[in-house]
Amino acid sequence: MSAETRETERGERGPLIEARKATRIIAGDVPATLVADIDVSVSPGEFVAIIGPSGSGKSSLLYLLGLLDRPTSGEVFLDGAATSALDDDTRADMRLASLGFVFQFHFLLPEFSARENVMLPMRALRRLSEKAQVARADMLLEQLGLNEHAHKRPDQMSGGQRQRVAIARALANDPKVVLADEPTGNLDTHAGERVLEILRELVDTQRRAVVVVTHDLALAARADRQIRIVDGKIAI
Amino acid sequence: MSYVLDIALTHLRSRVRQTVVGVMGVATGVGFSIMMAALMEGSQADFIRQLVDSLPHISVSDETRNPPRQPAETRYDVVQIDGLRTPVVRPGIKNPMAIMASIESWIPGAIAPSVQAKAVIRYAGRDTATSFTGLDPKREQKVSKLSTQMRQGSLDALYKATNALILGDGLAKKIGARVGNTVTIVSGAGRTLDCTIVGIAHTGVAQIDDASSYGLIKTGQILASQIGLVNELRIRVADALQARAVATRIEAETGYKSVSWQEAHEDLLSAFEVRNIIMYTVVGAILLVASFGTFNIVSTITHEKARDIAIMKSLGFRAKSVRRIFVIEAAAIGLVGALIGWALGYALTRAMGSIEIKSPFMDTSTIPVLYSPLHYALATIVALASSLFAGYFPARKAAAVEPVDIIRGAS
Ligand SMILES: Nc1ncnc2c1ncn2[C@@H]1O[C@H](COP(=O)(O)OP(=O)(O)O)[C@@H](O)[C@H]1O
Ligand SMILES: [Mg+2]
Repeated sequence: MSAETRETERGERGPLIEARKATRIIAGDVPATLVADIDVSVSPGEFVAIIGPSGSGKSSLLYLLGLLDRPTSGEVFLDGAATSALDDDTRADMRLASLGFVFQFHFLLPEFSARENVMLPMRALRRLSEKAQVARADMLLEQLGLNEHAHKRPDQMSGGQRQRVAIARALANDPKVVLADEPTGNLDTHAGERVLEILRELVDTQRRAVVVVTHDLALAARADRQIRIVDGKIAI
Repeated sequence: MSYVLDIALTHLRSRVRQTVVGVMGVATGVGFSIMMAALMEGSQADFIRQLVDSLPHISVSDETRNPPRQPAETRYDVVQIDGLRTPVVRPGIKNPMAIMASIESWIPGAIAPSVQAKAVIRYAGRDTATSFTGLDPKREQKVSKLSTQMRQGSLDALYKATNALILGDGLAKKIGARVGNTVTIVSGAGRTLDCTIVGIAHTGVAQIDDASSYGLIKTGQILASQIGLVNELRIRVADALQARAVATRIEAETGYKSVSWQEAHEDLLSAFEVRNIIMYTVVGAILLVASFGTFNIVSTITHEKARDIAIMKSLGFRAKSVRRIFVIEAAAIGLVGALIGWALGYALTRAMGSIEIKSPFMDTSTIPVLYSPLHYALATIVALASSLFAGYFPARKAAAVEPVDIIRGAS
């Protein structure tokens, strides 16, 4: 059996992202434990909410799952492959091709239009031709109800629009997992509802995995599963 | 366009004022470097040209480099004998016509015989020292610019009177003589000769014009009291820079001391070298200072853009791509600055080249400048290299940003 076939099978059966005994301690005079002994796994077609009080370590866990941070001990698997010992470039490549991020603040590049922001990950990945990149960016913007705003810069859009552009950018390279850190935190109820619908749809219609950090209980209630973090540990 | 280039240029475009300041810094550095090189090399080239034009490229004289060997030294090679009187040797180059013919057979240039004599000009009761050169007007035209440097009369006028004489204009002025006057020449050999002035020459080098006089070879031979004397062969080579090599060969073939213009002015040429070292040091410093501006801009942008860098890295940009963004910014500032610097340098050089100067050593003229693509290329290379160097460090620092450190703080 070739390595490639094994990958595919594992991808279909096993979890997309898995943390095993993941612990993140920040060294210092007083070492700070951000998260400890976390076991989490997220499979395709799953919408997982990470909930818990402020400062409990939700974001820290999301950074570990999203390969933005490395666990001090334990391991994080992406598609069955251990990631913590990989070099920075390989982890960057994995983020680019397989993961999509949405943060509380939109984090768009201010000088570029909505379409250019959405195209950026595609241009970095270079899987599509330039023409196809433009077409895909426009398609994503349209799905998110932004087709009229493709040429606007972030400062010409509302908070909800910006956050939707950020979601479109997160989806640019057709990632297996979308990780969102309080994506509705800065939005009014209506705009927050809209973002939530979009994420839900990703899971239901495209069998993507979505991990959302939130302290909005209404949002969390729409998830398939809730993981509650208290003081950096999973609480039941 | 690559996304990296796109982002880099966008950063610069959205900071027009800072970018313009940085570009102008480099442009000023490049412009003044080019002007300075044009001035330094221009004056040097001009000076050398004057030297090369006013003197033969190579002078073969009847001297030898070492004192004549004593018969005993030749016989016993370990001994050196001092204090002996050198036997009197008849001065002059032996068989000058044969030697000239043999040199002429291979030399890339022309050769002319001459007689050098130290003498005193007596006129209106005053004695003035002169170095007299007896020459062959026909051949002289091919080895020196003298025929084109005649203010009055011509070289051929030397044939028109017995003991005709041409004076350097400085000398003529000093003694107060004019064309048509008769002066008396007293040679070192004790001969006295009445000569008619038939021309005035002006080489432009005061040292020469103040002391030189020219006549026919025959006149020189009379002054030296030696029939058939030729004590210097004057040579002009097609390429003045070949003079040293040609001189070496002539000396090896004839045994006579053969001095190229480079050897005659070794001290001057080494002074030019010192001047060039100073120039390149100053130019390098100017361009280095210009690159401080580039460093400042790139490092400001990396600080202002810390959040964007974190986003790009979190999206999956490699550190190398982020570094490249800022290196490109520095390179763009350097490149545009260099191009504007070319225009500035050219304009400054033109302006400098049109300024008139009066010099006690030379004629009134414009400041000599030298236009050379090499100056432009060198200034550009140094400006680009120092821009890249200046941009590299902030770029490397930017690329090392850990995205979580910034995202944690911002959310
Ligand atoms: N760089 C750091 N050094 C020390 N403590 C930190 C650092 N970053 C975060 N923390 C702490 O770690 C805990 C978890 O933070 P975080 O994951 O952001 O929590 P949450 O997202 O649940 O609000 C908090 O108490 C926070 O103050
Ligand atoms: Mg948080």
